[in-house]
Amino acid sequence: MKPAVEKILDVRDLSIGLKSFRPVQNLSFSVRRGETLALVGESGSGKSLTALALMRLLPEVARIAGGSATFMDRDLASLSEAEMRKVRGSDIGMIFQEPMTSLNPVLTVGRQISEVLRIHEGLDRRLAMARSVELLDLVRIPEPQRRVHEYPHQLSGGMRQRVMIAMAVACSPKLLIADEPTTALDVTIQAQVLELIDNLCRDLSMAVILITHDLGVVGQWADRVVVMYAGRKVEEADPETLFSRPLHPYTRGLLGASPRMAAGISYRDQALVEIPGSIASATMATGCRFAPRCDLAEPSCLAADPDLLEPAAGHRVACPIVVRRGA
Amino acid sequence: MQGRLPDIARLIVRSAFHAVPTILVILVANFFLLRLAPGDAADVIAAESGFATDEMMEGLRSRFGLDLPILEQLQNYLGHILRFDLGYSARFNTPVIDLILQRVPGTLILMLSAMAISLMIGIAVGTFQATFAGRWPDRVIAVVTQLFYSLPGFWIGLMLIVFFAVRLRWLPTGGSGPIGVELSGLSGLLIRLKYMVLPATSLALFYVAVYARLTRASVIEAKAQDYVRTARAKGLSQFKVMTGHVLRNALLPVTTLAGIHLGGLLGGAVVIETVYAWPGLGRLAYEAVMARDFSVLLGVLLLSSIVVIAVNLLVDVIQAFIDPRIELK
Repeated sequence: MKPAVEKILDVRDLSIGLKSFRPVQNLSFSVRRGETLALVGESGSGKSLTALALMRLLPEVARIAGGSATFMDRDLASLSEAEMRKVRGSDIGMIFQEPMTSLNPVLTVGRQISEVLRIHEGLDRRLAMARSVELLDLVRIPEPQRRVHEYPHQLSGGMRQRVMIAMAVACSPKLLIADEPTTALDVTIQAQVLELIDNLCRDLSMAVILITHDLGVVGQWADRVVVMYAGRKVEEADPETLFSRPLHPYTRGLLGASPRMAAGISYRDQALVEIPGSIASATMATGCRFAPRCDLAEPSCLAADPDLLEPAAGHRVACPIVVRRGA
Repeated sequence: MQGRLPDIARLIVRSAFHAVPTILVILVANFFLLRLAPGDAADVIAAESGFATDEMMEGLRSRFGLDLPILEQLQNYLGHILRFDLGYSARFNTPVIDLILQRVPGTLILMLSAMAISLMIGIAVGTFQATFAGRWPDRVIAVVTQLFYSLPGFWIGLMLIVFFAVRLRWLPTGGSGPIGVELSGLSGLLIRLKYMVLPATSLALFYVAVYARLTRASVIEAKAQDYVRTARAKGLSQFKVMTGHVLRNALLPVTTLAGIHLGGLLGGAVVIETVYAWPGLGRLAYEAVMARDFSVLLGVLLLSSIVVIAVNLLVDVIQAFIDPRIELK
C-alpha cells in the first residue's frame, strides 16, 4: 500500500434528512485514487444511506440536506438527474448486499450486463454481448459463453454477486461502492468475492468504498477505515492503527465485542465485551451521540457536538476526552 | 429460450390429451342440466305458432329425436360428436356447425378488440396511477375505475347508446354494419369500426378497471424491488427502468388474469351482444336457450370449452416465454 495523494471523492459535511431527523449528519471523508476505504458501523449507523446518497438513489422519503460530495471536480449532490445518470454505472459502479434479489429475474445475465455497455459506451447488441462474456470471464465465472445466456435463478449466490460485480465494473468506473457485498454469502464465498474485488480494484485502478459491519473484512482488505456511529464519523485511521490503538470508546467497544484470532481475542479465553444500551438511544439534538452508552461520558459531552481531533497523523477521532486523557 | 421449444411441444400434446375427458364431462353435464329446463323445442315451436295438435307435437318430437329415452338421446348426440357432427338446429332448420361458424367471427372480433382495449388502457392507466401513487391523479382515477368495476355491463351499454347514439348521433345504436350496403376497402373498415366502438367499449370497461387496479398494485410492488435499484444504479433513464425492468415483471400477473378473463369475456359477450344486437355466439346461445334448441346450445358450449382450454394452454406457453422461472412440466 503506497500512499496516493489524489482524492477522487471528497465528501464534506454531508447530511441526509428524513422527515423528522437526520440519519447522517455532517459526515466528511475522502477517497484517494485506487484506495479501499471501509465504512464500518452497526445497523442504523447510516452507512448504506451514505452510499445511496453518493449515487443519488436515496429512497423518496430521504434527501441530501446539506454538504457536498466532490467527485472528479463535480459535486454529486448538485448534479442534475440527467448528468447523474451519466455518472451512475459509468464513473461510479455499485454492488448491493442482496445478490439474490438485486438481479432482474426475467432477463438473462448477459442482457443485464449488456445494458450498461449499451447506454454508456454505445455498443450494439452483439458487441455488448461479446463484451459481457469477457466480463463474466474477468469475474471468474466458469463457462462464460454458456452462463451469459442464463437467468439469475440458474446461478448460485456467489455467482450472482460476481455478475453484479461484472455489471458494476463493466465501464471501468473510477469508484466502486460495495454495500455489504458479502453479507448474504457464506464464509468461503465471501473471501473469494472480496479477493475478486481487491484484484479488480488493482487491475482497473479503481477506488473502492467498502461498506461492512465485519471487522475481519476491514482488517484484511481496507487501506483506511471510517467508523460511523448514528450518522457521525467517530474515528478514522488505517486498519493497523485502528486495531492496535483504538481511541474512541465506541471503536474500543466494537473491537472488544468481536472475536479476532489474530489478536488473540477468542470467546474461549474470556467473555467478549458488550456495549451497553442500543443505537436507539442516539436521538439527542446536540452532543456526542454515543454519550448515553459511554462509560467515559462527562456532562460536557452532551453540551456540544464533539470536534474531530487528529491526535496522530492520519488518525482522527471525535472524542475530546480520550485525546485529553491520552495526551 | 430455444431450449424450451421441445418442452412446449410436449406440453401442447399432453394438454390436448387432458382436454378430451374435460370436454366430455362438460358435454354430458350440460346435456343433463339443459333437460332440467321446462319444455323442449317442440313446445316452443308450438307456442309460437299459437296452435298445435298432439299429433303435430309428436311429429316434431320424433323428427328431432326428442321422443327417445334420454340416455339414448345422449348416446346419439355423443355418437354424432365423435364424427364431428354437431347436429341439426330444430329452430333455425340449419346444421349447428353452419350456425356457429357464421357467428364465430363476430364474437371473436368483439372479444379480442375488447381484450386489446382493456389491456392497453388498463396497463397505461395502472402504470400512470402507480407513478402518482397516493397523490390526487391516482385518487381521481381510482374513483373512476371503481365506478367501471361496479356498474353492470348492460347498464353501461344502454347509457352509452343513449348518449353517443341517440343524443349525439355519432355512432350507430347496434348491429354490425349497415343493411344492404356492400362494404369494402378502407372506408368499409372504418364503417365497421364505427359499429364496433360501443359494444367493444361496453364489454371492455369492466376489464379496464380490473387491469388498471392490478397493474397499479403490481407496478408499485415491482418498483420497490432491489433489481429496480440496480437498474437505476446502472444509469438507466426512468423510462427505461419502467419499461425494461418494472413493467417486464409487473405485467406477469396481468397476463395470467387476462388469460382467465378471455374465457369469461365469452359470457360477458352474451349480455353485450343482446344489448347491441351484435350477431355473435353469445346471442346465438341466448336465442338457443329461449327456443330450447339444445343441440345449438351444446354446440356453443362445446366450442367455448375448447376455446377456454386452448386459451389456458396459450397462456401457459406465453408465461413460460416471458417468465424464465416457470418450469414447463
